[in-house]
Amino acid sequence: MNNKILKITTTAIFIIIFVVFYKALRDTNIYTPKKKSNNEIPLFSANLFYSNKQINSSELFKLDKFYLLNIWSSWCVPCRAEHSLLMDLTKNKKIKIIGLNYKDKKNNAENFLNELGNPYQEIIFDKEGINAIEWGAFGVPESFLINDGIVIKKYIGPLNKELVEEIRLLIK
Amino acid sequence: MKILKLFFIIFFIFSFNHLEANTDDMKIKITKNLRCLICQGQSVYDSDSEFANSMKVLVDKKLNEGFSEKQIYDFFKEKYGEWILYDPELNKNTYILWLLPILIFLIGGAIVVKNFKIRK
Repeated sequence: MNNKILKITTTAIFIIIFVVFYKALRDTNIYTPKKKSNNEIPLFSANLFYSNKQINSSELFKLDKFYLLNIWSSWCVPCRAEHSLLMDLTKNKKIKIIGLNYKDKKNNAENFLNELGNPYQEIIFDKEGINAIEWGAFGVPESFLINDGIVIKKYIGPLNKELVEEIRLLIK
Repeated sequence: MKILKLFFIIFFIFSFNHLEANTDDMKIKITKNLRCLICQGQSVYDSDSEFANSMKVLVDKKLNEGFSEKQIYDFFKEKYGEWILYDPELNKNTYILWLLPILIFLIGGAIVVKNFKIRK
């Protein structure tokens, strides 16, 4: 009788362990960032790039409008590549582009904008990279499409022609 | 009276130092439990990446603002999801992880006790 209980228990333990390992090993352990959307924009205070004025995020993003928050830096090579697309997007009057200058030197950032043009209506100066974390960003470049104070789409990595076209369609 | 004043000054300095040390300890504890999402197998504490350094600054800022350890974890969880924590909380996705060792321990213990009784 006891032997039977022991056998059943051992088998049950093995089955449980097998199920747990099977489930765990099937799950991918490569982290893929959540492209969470339909989240409200974070509330934080930040310094503006040119005026150094402290501003609340709610003052930057007005309701009933489309905004593209673009996290960029002068030392970021992919940012250079997507910059011409942002310049192109400024022609569309339905959207305003807000820049978040990430962990940059002001001089370098200014040179970058002088050389490639400034597509940003306002620029947040995020010297320590903490505003970017408020947005749930991982690095540069990253862009957030915002409408009515809600993040409707998040783009990790540089924008390309297809993605800009997608933005154009979304704001139509 | 002078001695009393001196005592108070020393007491104040020591308590202040203690407070500083506590904040530092808490910062280390929190950053060790936060995963650096852009590094491989490193905590925020271990990593020197731009992302991890920003996280360290933010943890420091939040502690100075009076956030508790749990509030800081909740803040990062809201931004990046449960994955950012090395020490996952008990919820519907992690209950097996937490309960299985206890279950195995209890079953194992029961078998051992039973065998002992049989031998007696």
